[in-house]
Amino acid sequence: MPDKPWVAFYWCASCGGCEEAVVDIAEKILDVVQAVNIGFWPVAMDFKKEDVEKKPDGFFVASFINGAVRTSEQEEMVKLLRKKSQLIFAFGSCSHLGGIPGLANLYSKEEILSYAYRESPSTENPQGTIPRTSWKENGYSLDLPEFYDRVFTLNQVIDVDYYIPGCAPPPDIVMGAFEALLKGELPEKGSVLSPNKALCSTCPLNETKPDRLLIKDLKRPHEVEIDPEKCYLLQGLLCMGPATRTGCGERCIRVGMPCRGCFGPLDNALDQGLSMLSAMASILDFSPEEQAQLEEVLRACPDPAGSLYRFSLPRSILKGKIRRE
Amino acid sequence: MYEPKIIAFFCNWCTYTAADLAGVSRMKYAPNVRIVRVMCSGRVDPELVIKAFDLGADGVLIGGCHPGDCHYQNGNHKTLRRSVLLKKLLPQLGIEPERLRLEWISASEGEKVSRVCNEFTEEIRKLGPLKREVKNAG
Repeated sequence: MPDKPWVAFYWCASCGGCEEAVVDIAEKILDVVQAVNIGFWPVAMDFKKEDVEKKPDGFFVASFINGAVRTSEQEEMVKLLRKKSQLIFAFGSCSHLGGIPGLANLYSKEEILSYAYRESPSTENPQGTIPRTSWKENGYSLDLPEFYDRVFTLNQVIDVDYYIPGCAPPPDIVMGAFEALLKGELPEKGSVLSPNKALCSTCPLNETKPDRLLIKDLKRPHEVEIDPEKCYLLQGLLCMGPATRTGCGERCIRVGMPCRGCFGPLDNALDQGLSMLSAMASILDFSPEEQAQLEEVLRACPDPAGSLYRFSLPRSILKGKIRRE
Repeated sequence: MYEPKIIAFFCNWCTYTAADLAGVSRMKYAPNVRIVRVMCSGRVDPELVIKAFDLGADGVLIGGCHPGDCHYQNGNHKTLRRSVLLKKLLPQLGIEPERLRLEWISASEGEKVSRVCNEFTEEIRKLGPLKREVKNAG
């Protein structure tokens, strides 16, 4: 084992799908483990935090970290891994953009804890107990990590070298990143490891899009029978293709689902949701006299923030709901 | 007294010219409005509006040509649709939709610039400051 480089995997606020994505590279994982030693991977292997602490700084060639950062424990772990790793890869939408957990930034910490522990219909909590960071009982003291006020992308907490996009990242993107790392062919630091082109440019339905795409109606996916062979925007469905980078293999498009935007914005876009909002404003075919009809049509979009920022709220300009002092 | 900070994006051909007219006609209006000249109200990307709020604006005013008068034919139509969409998104981001205002002001309506700036300043004054509380991890 002496000459093989060491790598680490870690998870923060995520669903576990990214861990699956690592093994989704199937038998190619054997090539990977032949080329590297895995020195830390809590979901699959029995290494502890002390094992990482004992290593010298820069010991791992790369750490692949999935999930957003929400708790003090996650912050501590990613800071430790940053110190012990030469390269940090943000793995998957949550660490790249905040992901689905990032939508929690539409609410305050107090609102979230109060709903989860007191108000939700399935909660039985007569004493109104809410998690605390420390508790003393019979002379023993117990500690829990702090739940932060916000969800952070990985690069808002530590310096990140590369981003592997996707929810979850598809096998070819994951394998591409491993190969680039092993062959020393990584691009410029800070790159997102997928093409910097809009999904529409590689979409198999692009040919069905007329020169001027204009629509008079908006629909939600469950309300219509989606024609899988016709541009979804043309069918009045909110497809995030124009504002999302490609590289995913159009996985959703090919199975009859409009793009939800998990690969995140293109390099020059500050804010994926607003890019999409702008695109929708261009294709919704309503004249100034028809403003009332436009407002009526928008009722098909009851949760614009959830649709436009499904994966990217913490990586947007406002990073979430504006908080009043 | 609280003085609201307002960022205004005025199109070169109509509203900015009207603001010029208001100036040379020595009309007075609230100094809270900071004008940014753009070639067309259609150039005002939603990112600019949100960026203004992010950087501390309490209100954003967009001024363009009346529908039908746009120097680029229909740039202002897009602005209108964007503002309708933005106003639907803003409440979820914690911003009252009234903090964004779109006005059609032609080059000859210097008096309207002055009236709209005064009105909007007072409205925003009533809404109060839009302040961000930024906390970092740890």
